[in-house]
Amino acid sequence: MKRFVDSLLVALVIVVCWQCLHWAVGNNSLSSPWSTVQTLVQMLGTAAFWGNVGETARALAYALVIALFGGVALGVVLGVNRLSGVVAEPILLNLYSLPKVTLYPLVLLVFGLGLSAKVAFGVMHGLIPILMFTMNAIREMRPVYLRASKTMRLSFARTIVHVVLPAIFPEVVSGLRLGFSLTLLGVLIGEMFASQRGLGYLLTSAMNLGDIRTIMAVALFLTVFALSCNGLLMMADRRLKHR
Amino acid sequence: MKTRNSHPTLQVVESSAQHAPASSEAHVEVAGVTRYFAKNDSKELLHALGPIDLTLTRGEFFSVVGPSGCGKSTLLDALAGLSKPSSGTVTFEGQRVKDVPDGVGVVFQEDASFPWLNLRDNISFGLRMAGVDGAEIRRRVDYAMGFMGLKDFASAYPSQLSGGMRQRVCIARTLVLQPRLILLDEPFGALDQQTRLLMGDELLRLWRETSATVVLITHALDEAAMLSDRVGVMSARPGLFIDFVETGWEHSRDSRVVSTPRFGEINARLWEKLRVESLKVMGAH
Amino acid sequence: MKAESLIRVAVVAGFIVVVELLCRSSIIPSSVLIPPSAMVTHGIDLLRGGKFDHDIVTSLVNIVAASIVSVLLGFVLGLGIHALPSVRRSIEPLLSSYYAIPTFIFYPVFIVILGIGSLPIIAIAVMLSVVTMITATLNGLDRIPRALHKSAQVMRLSRWRSAIYIKLPATLPYLFTGVKLSVAYAFIGVIASEFILSGSGIGYAIGYAYNNFQNDDMYSLMLFVLVLVTLVNVVLNRIDQRFQARRRR
Repeated sequence: MKRFVDSLLVALVIVVCWQCLHWAVGNNSLSSPWSTVQTLVQMLGTAAFWGNVGETARALAYALVIALFGGVALGVVLGVNRLSGVVAEPILLNLYSLPKVTLYPLVLLVFGLGLSAKVAFGVMHGLIPILMFTMNAIREMRPVYLRASKTMRLSFARTIVHVVLPAIFPEVVSGLRLGFSLTLLGVLIGEMFASQRGLGYLLTSAMNLGDIRTIMAVALFLTVFALSCNGLLMMADRRLKHR
Repeated sequence: MKTRNSHPTLQVVESSAQHAPASSEAHVEVAGVTRYFAKNDSKELLHALGPIDLTLTRGEFFSVVGPSGCGKSTLLDALAGLSKPSSGTVTFEGQRVKDVPDGVGVVFQEDASFPWLNLRDNISFGLRMAGVDGAEIRRRVDYAMGFMGLKDFASAYPSQLSGGMRQRVCIARTLVLQPRLILLDEPFGALDQQTRLLMGDELLRLWRETSATVVLITHALDEAAMLSDRVGVMSARPGLFIDFVETGWEHSRDSRVVSTPRFGEINARLWEKLRVESLKVMGAH
Repeated sequence: MKAESLIRVAVVAGFIVVVELLCRSSIIPSSVLIPPSAMVTHGIDLLRGGKFDHDIVTSLVNIVAASIVSVLLGFVLGLGIHALPSVRRSIEPLLSSYYAIPTFIFYPVFIVILGIGSLPIIAIAVMLSVVTMITATLNGLDRIPRALHKSAQVMRLSRWRSAIYIKLPATLPYLFTGVKLSVAYAFIGVIASEFILSGSGIGYAIGYAYNNFQNDDMYSLMLFVLVLVTLVNVVLNRIDQRFQARRRR
């Protein structure tokens, strides 16, 4: 309860600062909190907006599924085989810190403009953290679980499904929390310069028109969405940690 | 009960007490088992264990004591089929042991209960994996929980329980699989003394109830002396049996044997041999 | 750990060789990807010719500026928040959720306020990296062992001197982790911004080359960024390892 009140307080402070900034720079540079909300409510009433939301959501969903399953599968493989994990880790870390925009032209040339390119961007951003969290979870897993499943004569497949995956589940959720944000970011950036549809495209076209109200309304929408999803995952994370 | 080993210092303790009603057939036979480990990156091999020769009769309660690092856990791994010996064979119920055979249960030193399952699901885990039908699972799990005093905690999670209770869960999980050979690797090592004594009594109850052959690895001499029919004393690495001590306790014994004079004698016998080996280990550090 | 490094080098080298062969044999058409060897030779030509010197310098200046601002700002804010536990408690959820927000979406906002140029780029890059520096500072200050606090008290040091001579060296390893991450985020923020909307910089140059089908320029620049990021990572990691070793003792 206390946490909720604190967050509310912080949100209030942010809104106040926002309002002051608005008064400082003027209506053409930054919309006020109230007019942003008004614009957003207006947009929520239009079919066009929801069409864009659907477009982004679709790309996000595909990208998340691929990043999650791919990341966990690769993470399990690299975690179980110690040597491959140790070899791969610095390479993965390096790829992780690379500004992935630099690879975008390559992705576009391979996938063309459209949904698959956006999904590829999303996966590019979200796969590695999920992979690394999974890999580390496998490494940190208590070896006694594997010995116990051996004494119960479990096959390899059953050991993975019934022992390893449940054991690493909390860490995978942590990785998913980070991976989710990054995948969303990847999809949005992809839309911002290489798409004719989606919320990212909405942002860039508004930017080209200097339409600050639309920009801020969309930004507000995305912020609320991202924070809510993150909040849900954090709650899941916390419940799993008490194990 | 005969054994063959390379250090013939076998002594039989005379006693008028009843002997355990175990049959005289060999349940587990260990012949010439050794284990070598590769040292890190070098080609050198570390001689960790053996050669070990050992015969256990069905229903025997056998303990292994020895200084730390002497290879007790390695022997247990070989008995359980968790690892292959470098040479020699282990035979269980007449069959060569290659992987973990059916009918063998292992309780580890660490808590191996699965934190993501409640007690009931933990205990029934092995049965569910083996495809045993639901009614039978319920029957066995209820029985095991009652036997181990866990009935009130069926929906609790391991993280909510003490260390001693978690070990009981692990024992229950093994019990429901109705093992004929139970191997325990210092199962009470992490527990306090009082709990250990009580758990020792529970272990004896379990042994009598299942009529299984039990092999207990422990570093606590008094525990071995109190619980077993026979104690094997292992030397410092590479581990070899240097003594076998028959306790001659009654089958119906419990922890109160610690107050008998013979308990003291057995303890002294064990320590006499073990002290020399332990000093070797200390000197090496 | 030599065997692993060798295997790693072999894996990377093998990958490059495979790509090279696939490109040379036109299984991968040159309209999609040019051979790595061509990327390198063309890249060297570009550097010699100085075609993108201005862009490279612009980007580097932006990255350095963003890094310095976010490190200093993050450090100061971290110090402040650490000293006010009530503020910290309120802000903590925001800090841990910060990276959930795709902060990049505020880039258009900065462009409208600050116009096109280096400022919005540096602003968004700072926005991306400052929080990681704050978190690292908080983390580092938390981890100063109590014994050090007490030693400072026993030696009757003033708050300033205790901060400079005891607290700062103790937190340095953690601060450096923050610096490492801030620099990485600054890189990402600057180049991504230039790519999306800018008049100059490496990101802009790559986008321009892409739009004008100049694959050789484009890939050479991409390779340049890859090499630069790797080098910076290696250097920062080396320094980081020294800090970690000191800590472990």
